[in-house]
Amino acid sequence: MIIERRNLLQRGLSLGALTLLTGCDLSDNDAVQSVLARFSEWNDRVQAALFSGGRLAPTFPESMAVKDFRYNAWYPRDKAPKLDPADYRLLLSGKIADKRPWTVEALYALPQETQITRHVCVEGWSMIGKWTGTPLSTFLERIGADTTARYVGFECADGYYEGIDMPTALHPQTLMAFKLADEILPREHGFPFKLRIPTKLGFKNPKFITTIYVTDKQPRGYWSDRGYNWFSGI
Amino acid sequence: MRNPTVQTHRLPVRISHWLMALSILIMIGSGWRIYNASPIFPFRFPLWATLGGDVGASLALHGDPGVATAIAWHLAGLWLLLVSFLSFLLWGLFSGHFRRDFLPISAGAFLRDFVAALRLRLEHRLGEYNAVQKVFYWGALAAVLMMALSGIAIWKPVQTYPLELMFGGFQGARLVHFLGMTAIVAFLMVHLSLVALVPSTLVAMVIGHFGHRATPAGASPGDEGSKAR
Repeated sequence: MIIERRNLLQRGLSLGALTLLTGCDLSDNDAVQSVLARFSEWNDRVQAALFSGGRLAPTFPESMAVKDFRYNAWYPRDKAPKLDPADYRLLLSGKIADKRPWTVEALYALPQETQITRHVCVEGWSMIGKWTGTPLSTFLERIGADTTARYVGFECADGYYEGIDMPTALHPQTLMAFKLADEILPREHGFPFKLRIPTKLGFKNPKFITTIYVTDKQPRGYWSDRGYNWFSGI
Repeated sequence: MRNPTVQTHRLPVRISHWLMALSILIMIGSGWRIYNASPIFPFRFPLWATLGGDVGASLALHGDPGVATAIAWHLAGLWLLLVSFLSFLLWGLFSGHFRRDFLPISAGAFLRDFVAALRLRLEHRLGEYNAVQKVFYWGALAAVLMMALSGIAIWKPVQTYPLELMFGGFQGARLVHFLGMTAIVAFLMVHLSLVALVPSTLVAMVIGHFGHRATPAGASPGDEGSKAR
């Protein structure tokens, strides 16, 4: 299937003239990739400027929230990490005053709120969910994080990694989500918690988070390392 | 009044035309690849007609279905389109190009020319725009504007939140973006067919003018027989 597609692509014209000019797919040319990366960095700056920490993402009536939320990852559902709540520890590092690890119990005892917001996937589909958890800003305050730093980064049990800008981390709707549709976060959705950011595309919402760090160096992201835009705000 | 058999395009028009042409090709090709990631209708665009790199290589390397580069093209192409479209628009408005060539349009003239076009009796003469063409150009400009608005609603549905409601929500904005693309592709097909029928218009859009004096037969194959359509 893949090979067939590749042959098709090689034989075909990628937008006729563009391809004919070079005799190969322009997109895979290093120079083209580097120009596209420059534009992507420019778009990061434009989006950071457009982002308003005070502007809330739309919220929806509970009737619109999906109960059976779509599972989405690069591996099948049954390969999702199964974290044991007894052994789990959330590790903290970087510009944080109190770096003691957190147990699931301690996390779930944090003050929580509920939001019904829309998850927008970079592929184009969207889905409304009901999420309950602690605002990341509350947690960052608890642990004495330096919120004048520029970024917050995340490492996950499935090998995923992500990072966000501090203004988004401090946005009131950015949650450490412990529940989905009133249930403890199901394993495949990131137990014990995932980051829920209604102002970012879906892939900027990491699951199975095992480490949070605060830094001035822009953290890498799993999908932005694979060519997607880093900021990916919506 | 200028001689209706002479076609001239000022340099700003030519530059912005070709930059728009390039950026619109980039937007369509990459947009089709992005559409394929989550189709609205039960079909996908053939991969060879899309822009975004080798899918097989992309899948093998990092499990990405070749959408990342398409999005990168789309969000880079939009700046080229923005600059060229605004230049074209501003030049057209302030140089008098739009007023002189795309106006006036009367309902009567449009009907007459439209019927003639359907009967393949409409003249396509250099340097002179019939009512159907005028409406087409305004339509294409409007479609690009609609693409910009629905595109912003898709790119920034939170930061521009009420905007998407105009299109019936986020998925509605995707649908409008798709329909706008369809309109632009339809325009391009007509536009390119007419260029094929009257190739001297292409010469004028490249070098700036065509036909300042009676052209010898054979030198301008499309010019003479333009009534044939």
